[in-house]
Amino acid sequence: MNHFRSTLANDENDMSTPAGIIPQEGEGTREGAHFHAKRVLILFAHPRFEKSRVNRALISTLPASDTLTLHDLYELYPDYNIDVETEKQLLLAHDILIWHHPFYMYSAPAIMKQWLDLVLEYGWAHGAGGDFLKDKTAFNVITTGGTREAYRSDGFNRFTIREFLCPFEQTARLCKMTYLPPFTVQGTYRLTDGELSRHAADYAFLLQQLGADAYSREEMEQFAFLNDWIEAKKRTQGP
Amino acid sequence: MTEGFLFQALIYLTAAIVCVPIAKRLGMGSVLGYLLAGIAIGPYALGFIGREGQDIMHFAEFGVVMMLFLIGLELEPSHFWRLRHRILGMGSAQIIVTSLALCAGMMLMNFNWKTALASSLALAMSSTAIVLQSMKEKGLGDTEAGKSSFSVLLFQDIAVIPILALLPLLAVSTGHGMGAPSKAILEGLPGWLQTAAVLGAGGAVVLAGRFVIVPFLRVVAKTHLRELLTAAALLIVIATAFLMQLVGLSPALGAFLAGVVLANSEFRHELESDIEPFKGLFLGLFFIAVGASINFKLLVDSPMQIISLVFAVIAIKTIVLLGTGKLFKITVDQNLIFAVGLSQVGEFAFVLFGFMHQLHILPDHLTDIMMAVTAFSMTITPLLLFINERFILLRFGTLEESGKEADIIDVQHPVIIAGFGDFGSTIGRFLRANGIAATILDNDSDRVDLLRKMGFKVFYGDAARTDILKSAGADEARVLITAVAAPSTNCDLVEKIQKHYPHLTIMVRVKDREDAYEILDMGVRDVYRESLDTSIRLGVDVLVKLGYRRYSATRAGQNFLKYDEAALLELAPHRHDEKSYIYNAREQITLQEQLLANDREVNPTINDHAWESDLRKDQEGDR
Repeated sequence: MNHFRSTLANDENDMSTPAGIIPQEGEGTREGAHFHAKRVLILFAHPRFEKSRVNRALISTLPASDTLTLHDLYELYPDYNIDVETEKQLLLAHDILIWHHPFYMYSAPAIMKQWLDLVLEYGWAHGAGGDFLKDKTAFNVITTGGTREAYRSDGFNRFTIREFLCPFEQTARLCKMTYLPPFTVQGTYRLTDGELSRHAADYAFLLQQLGADAYSREEMEQFAFLNDWIEAKKRTQGP
Repeated sequence: MTEGFLFQALIYLTAAIVCVPIAKRLGMGSVLGYLLAGIAIGPYALGFIGREGQDIMHFAEFGVVMMLFLIGLELEPSHFWRLRHRILGMGSAQIIVTSLALCAGMMLMNFNWKTALASSLALAMSSTAIVLQSMKEKGLGDTEAGKSSFSVLLFQDIAVIPILALLPLLAVSTGHGMGAPSKAILEGLPGWLQTAAVLGAGGAVVLAGRFVIVPFLRVVAKTHLRELLTAAALLIVIATAFLMQLVGLSPALGAFLAGVVLANSEFRHELESDIEPFKGLFLGLFFIAVGASINFKLLVDSPMQIISLVFAVIAIKTIVLLGTGKLFKITVDQNLIFAVGLSQVGEFAFVLFGFMHQLHILPDHLTDIMMAVTAFSMTITPLLLFINERFILLRFGTLEESGKEADIIDVQHPVIIAGFGDFGSTIGRFLRANGIAATILDNDSDRVDLLRKMGFKVFYGDAARTDILKSAGADEARVLITAVAAPSTNCDLVEKIQKHYPHLTIMVRVKDREDAYEILDMGVRDVYRESLDTSIRLGVDVLVKLGYRRYSATRAGQNFLKYDEAALLELAPHRHDEKSYIYNAREQITLQEQLLANDREVNPTINDHAWESDLRKDQEGDR
């Protein structure tokens, strides 16, 4: 899986991710290129990645790209001592920010909240003079044990995923970023291997489209989940 | 006088066990304790032992032999190489200048030049036994003074060979006859043959060390009988000493040589721990014998002569040593420790004077006087060190910056750190980085100087002394951290503080589990094993290198730390269930066994299933 960028310094094992560097400003926007490449940052947080079948599948099929960075928070900050300066530089070097995490107690694992609280500083990300993230794009990629049907007003969990993600949505808005619908892998306990690899392929497809800037925001916003947008897109593109 | 081995042993041991703890309690060190014990049981006080003290002394000189063997063992070539300038430079400067000064003085007093030269060479020697022992007890081994003392002493010990070789030449020219029967088979042989024999013996020791002793030790080790290895260690020392005596050399030197040769063998630590207790006992015996053999009659008959001689010798030696130290740029207070420490006449002087007497270089009367001077100077050394430390150095250490100190004292320093080595200084730096001022106590004056320059509030001195604690502001402080490396010092300190400053929170650095128990037993709860966190951190990194996720490994480390601390407290009371006489090493093993058994029962990470989704698979079906 040595094909996308990672902010980790070693690749001694498959649980962590291979070495890489932050893409430089202007990289991938070659003169004469017929598209404007978007740089995508995956902020990944899973406290037990090694035990997560679903997330291992998603991460291991990330597409090869110079403009995709995987940033593994638990591996980098096992003591929760997040290096704010590094994180800010990382954000500045990317256009699209993905909060990729399992859905724990209807929210993200603790380190993700720590990251939000520490990195999105007043005066930098929001508030007076806080324009550094302006016009970037953000959305969540989440895995849930419950199925999509369980997350409905008449379902087991009584609220929709989108409702539970309100804090993220408003945080993105606060930081003047565009917030897209989530990409979800749900009902993870019952997923067959075939279903799982289809989800992983969808995620890879999504990242490719994002990187190639081959998407329309307005189009995406019409769907409750990016999964549905992918399906529609694939249908129109044909097999 | 009641004779018999048992009675003698009873007297010596009782004297030692009564006097040494008293001397230690008074802060005077064990050497003075032994000497006082000797004086007490000697012919001029209680009279338990008479002139046979002299014979005991010859026997007990064996302690010196063992000590040099151990010094040799501890002397790694690299260490020697680092100190080479000091050993050669300071050592030769001290011996040559001291001998010349003393020789000139004695010739002015109308001594014959040969007698004067021979005696002054002997008087230039300092006592390795006393100085190293005292330095070790005061924890000064790694200071400038300690290293310089060691270097000079080492040079002196080596210089004994040529001096012993030189003495017969002085005697030949006075035309001595074969008076006293001597054990040395070489006596009477021409000088070149003696020299050849000396070199041959030295070579034999080196070769034997390389090619005989180590293979021999391997065979012995295979038997797995501990006492056999002890016997072998003793055999090595005794055999070397015997060989050396045979050719008329100092047994101590032979042993030193054997030690150096064996320093690189795999048996080094084994030999060290086997010989150590014997050395301690024999040295103690040696000092007792020195105390007992002091001829107080001579002192009563001509007190002025002896006293003035003793002080003249000490004064000359001190001045020369101070000069040497200055030449080698030792700071003033370190130089004082160094010079005063080495100002006495050493145990080799007994050997040399004995030899001179045999060779008729020294007449009977003079030999007695010289022996008395040597013994007295050794006796007052611990006293001089004591005075130096308590009155002169203290003034020196704090006077330097007294102007500054007065205003710093007004500042409230909530933390006192005793011991500012690597451990303590890290704490100090951390606290300072967080705006907490700490008062530091340390007994390495060089370090004290440096720290003062860096703006730390530092007090020079032994933290276990209440007057120093008081001046460091123990009354106002809230926390006292003992970061001293030596466990015994920590215990001492904790005891003092609990008694005099009960309001202070004591936080203790301890070496290992055993030490931790000792401190826990004293009622201190804040105990920090110095390598625990580091070894767990390393273990965490091992897990990561083996492919664990860093966060899981970190949690495993945190859990283990918590569990291990809890196990420490839990096992602490059980420690006393064991019969108290259990050999220390055995106790360690038992403890490790208990720990391992516990580890099997409660694996702190095996039950950590946080965030594992597999487990919930079965229950989630209905969603």
